[in-house]
Amino acid sequence: MLIPLSKPGTTTDIKTGKWKTHRPTVDPKLCTKCAICQNFCPEGIMGTPREIPVIDYDYCKGCSMCMVECPFKAITMVAEKQEL
Amino acid sequence: MIKTTNGATALAETAKNCEPEVVAGYPITPTTHVVEEMNRYYANGETKSFIAVESEFSALSALIGGAAAGARTFTATGSQGLLLMHEVLFCSSGMRLPIVMVVGNRSVSAPLSIWNDEQDSVSQRDTGWIQLYAKNNQEASDALIQAYFIAEKTFIPVMVCVDGHFLTHTTEQVDIPSKDEIKRFLPPFKPMVTLDPDQPLSMGVYAAPAYYQEFRMDLHSDLEKSAAVISDAGKRFGQVFGRSYGLVEEYHVKDAKEVLVGLGSAMENVKAAVDEMRKQGKKVGALHVRVLRPFPREELRRILSGKHVGVIDRALSPGAQPPLFTEIVEALQGTSSTVSSFFGALGGRTLKIQESKQLFEKMSKGKALKEWITVTVEKNEAEIETC
Amino acid sequence: MSQQSEMHLFAPGHSGCPGCAPSTVLIHVVDTLGKDIIVVNATGCMEITSSQYPHSAWRVPYIHSLFENAPAVASGISAALKAKGNHHTKVVVIAGDGSTYDIAFGSLSGMLERGDDVIYCCYDNELYANTGVQKSGATPIGAATTTSQAGKVHHGKEKERKPIVEIAAAHNIPYAASASIAFVADFQAKLKKAAQISGSKFITVNAPCALGAGFDGSISMKVARLAVQSRMWFLFEYENGFFKLNFNPKVAKPVAEYMQLQKRFRHLTPEEIEKIQKLCDHHYIEMLERQKASDAKKIVFDAVTQPPSTPPASPSAPAAPKT
Repeated sequence: MLIPLSKPGTTTDIKTGKWKTHRPTVDPKLCTKCAICQNFCPEGIMGTPREIPVIDYDYCKGCSMCMVECPFKAITMVAEKQEL
Repeated sequence: MIKTTNGATALAETAKNCEPEVVAGYPITPTTHVVEEMNRYYANGETKSFIAVESEFSALSALIGGAAAGARTFTATGSQGLLLMHEVLFCSSGMRLPIVMVVGNRSVSAPLSIWNDEQDSVSQRDTGWIQLYAKNNQEASDALIQAYFIAEKTFIPVMVCVDGHFLTHTTEQVDIPSKDEIKRFLPPFKPMVTLDPDQPLSMGVYAAPAYYQEFRMDLHSDLEKSAAVISDAGKRFGQVFGRSYGLVEEYHVKDAKEVLVGLGSAMENVKAAVDEMRKQGKKVGALHVRVLRPFPREELRRILSGKHVGVIDRALSPGAQPPLFTEIVEALQGTSSTVSSFFGALGGRTLKIQESKQLFEKMSKGKALKEWITVTVEKNEAEIETC
Repeated sequence: MSQQSEMHLFAPGHSGCPGCAPSTVLIHVVDTLGKDIIVVNATGCMEITSSQYPHSAWRVPYIHSLFENAPAVASGISAALKAKGNHHTKVVVIAGDGSTYDIAFGSLSGMLERGDDVIYCCYDNELYANTGVQKSGATPIGAATTTSQAGKVHHGKEKERKPIVEIAAAHNIPYAASASIAFVADFQAKLKKAAQISGSKFITVNAPCALGAGFDGSISMKVARLAVQSRMWFLFEYENGFFKLNFNPKVAKPVAEYMQLQKRFRHLTPEEIEKIQKLCDHHYIEMLERQKASDAKKIVFDAVTQPPSTPPASPSAPAAPKT
């Protein structure tokens, strides 16, 4: 019997990181661990709140929201290396 | 135990004795007092829930939630209410939720009519639900108990279709098994999957073209295979309660030249007509199609080939041949049967014994016929329309 | 599997647009309410992007049925849980504004009138996003969508939004609130409060749609914040009939500042924007009036319900929430 069901959390199979043209990088010297970026990230892949963000680039779509929202300008977007 | 009551009340007591955990109710003639009775049981603490919903669309939707959470469910509706459920009918069968529902057959608007025919349930025959039909209130209650057995084994929802007024509002003697007696036939419901925080799953997902059709093919083949489960249920029911059932019911068909075939309570009149004509030596028979979905194609072919078959449709496909007629013609393809089509008796008109005999006489001429059943009804201005 | 990708009850890998504010809403709803919940999701962007067979981003039990029946499905689940003696698992509806304000509005009202034990959370992106940006009952006045177009004769949406929170509260449910994804702490607090209340709870959380409203995904939160700062969107709650304005800065940002970030308002003339500014000012006064009326009612209510010896509690001024 085929029931239209999916197993939990299986979208992790889909590496949306391929979407991005730029990736956010965090400067630990400027980061105050305020967690704003971690609270806002629509993919939820910026690591443990209140710690220096560690981004999972397999899923980051490069939307730059974290850069825009960071009050301390600790995040900069860096162009992806083009894999030919 | 034997109760003398109307069909709707008997169905409600039967449903209560099947111990549904989630019951939703919305009023509509002719099944209003099914849900009223269910609410009385709830008010007296005999059932666990009664969701007084704000529409039939929500009635069936609530049962999708209930069934997905692993509960046995029940509701009743008909006519406009069943049509409003159309989208939810497809959804509940597609999600393989074993919901059971009574349909009090009533014609479809417009024009508005609160009277009986089978246009409502027949028009929903492609929604992936099993459809059982009953000729009388004993069959209706028995079908409801078997509906739970069938649904919970096949994981396909089941409609028990009962003619409005002619059955729901007609008082008959009905043997309604008690809760314990039913337990001898109906095992406890064991859901296939449920919404469970300890084992989270996502139900009702989206399927892209690469995946979609297989789900529909699977439902179709399981619906076809459910015929065996329905037959088995009918036999088991006979072993426990002494009344057994099949996909169809033959009455003097074996040696009959002409056979009238149809759904629901009109077939009781046809059976009476057969009795009278048999006394005059006429070889006529009646066949009640108890299961419209899955369509008992092989069984009908086996039983009816070689005979003059008159198909009674109290439902229409405007602009095309009537529904039951087309399916029986297809089933009898390549046999030597002649198939006539008699359609009508709509909006409260029924096929009385007299009209049934006239149809047999017309068929005895041998030619295949296609005729409206008009059934003259005196125009009673004083008749108060209630709905 | 990386530690980050395992952290939330809503997994990454879903197909929300880059910078999709409603996706952020989902993470906070399930993380705040926890594992012991059942999510009922209406058809919509967040459904299609999170549960495409054989995948699902949801790490909690999840069911999607149709576009217009999430509240009824939730009622059925709630009844099933109670019938089985489960009084702890929470039933949570998550739906967009198309479903909530429009096509499921009847089903929603039915559920609220029954007071079923459900937390209803609407991610309010103010339009039908999944079908390509059509007007919904939540679309603000003036906004252009594909079904409220800016043409020569008709110039964007000509009516104000449907006051859905007030309508929900008018069902005499214990809790109805308006939140914003840009004010995460306030939104989380409202979810937590709703989780402690039994009966029907309604929260709509503003989460603008970059694609639909016409701005880059990176500034979704900036637009959401400005919506509140410009008083195009208010943060408030009704608790057992008492009103509380949660965010009340003395000086508002001009509506024009909020609008000029978004394509959907670009067609508006200065006069039209001014008219909308006046509407916002008018609504702000309305909010203050509601606060006063509610405070007065509380004084009378406390006096009546509290024993005479203790003085009635003075109404607390609305504290600005931490962002």
